[in-house]
Amino acid sequence: MSLRAGVVVFPGSNCDRDGAVALAMVAGRKPKMIWHQDTKLPPLDLIFLPGGFSYGDYLRCGAIAAHSPVMREVVAAAKKGVAVLGVCNGFHLLTESGLLPGALIRNAGLKFVCRSVDLTVERTDTPYAGRYTQGQSLSIPVAHGDGNYTADADTLARLNDEGRVAFRYRDNPNGSADNIAGIYNETGRVLGMMPHPERAVEPMLGSSDGLGLFQSIAEVLA
Amino acid sequence: MIRAEVRVMLKNGVLDPQGQATRKALAHLGFSDVEAVRQGKLIVLDLNTDDRAAAEAEARAMASKLLANPVIEDFSVELLDA
Repeated sequence: MSLRAGVVVFPGSNCDRDGAVALAMVAGRKPKMIWHQDTKLPPLDLIFLPGGFSYGDYLRCGAIAAHSPVMREVVAAAKKGVAVLGVCNGFHLLTESGLLPGALIRNAGLKFVCRSVDLTVERTDTPYAGRYTQGQSLSIPVAHGDGNYTADADTLARLNDEGRVAFRYRDNPNGSADNIAGIYNETGRVLGMMPHPERAVEPMLGSSDGLGLFQSIAEVLA
Repeated sequence: MIRAEVRVMLKNGVLDPQGQATRKALAHLGFSDVEAVRQGKLIVLDLNTDDRAAAEAEARAMASKLLANPVIEDFSVELLDA
């Protein structure tokens, strides 16, 4: 079986094609592109929520898109156990729609940060990280103005205690609490992260450290 | 018609880098006694109703559901006659 992946496209998404290319590399077939107004999802193993500026970041990043018709289906699918990967603006969407706790606010330095950062792999027993080793360092690009992860003290303690931090920054670029770059939901099947693994899937892009994440997905979820 | 103003502010304790940057800029302009600046949003809703209680309840529901993010923001609602 090859991976059945879907990439949701919102007005203002700009990493949907990069995500589709990365998924096609590992799945052996093209993912389905899903328009934000669709109200029915095909059978999928993985839903990719891409980065970008959905609805121009109006109100709050991801706030309007989180209430678009397709997101009701994405939330319902996630609750049934379909894996959902949200990158950058996709991570905003996951917090705004309640699939992940906390919120992402303006970078502590106020600047839009666009460069490669080093991440530490915090755990490997999830559908996303089987190809990595515990503590491995990955070089993955970030490109965001609002990537500063914040949550109340109880939530942060729970995320840390339950091993739900997926990746941490080695050198925090945005002020995120506990250097958090990405988090899992309770089951490990929903992952939200600010860095862009889909922009690091071949050496020509500067790094292929993101490829392992997509290979892990294809291995586990297909 | 009733006008409802929804004021959305970051919760106390949530970092407000925009407010901090504005405070620094004010200090550069010579306004040296500004202790703190907090920045928020004002959302003005014109509602097709004359029932003040219903208007307030509706504005609060909108704020809880969409206009504010309860993880990081607080809101307040004020009614005005449009």
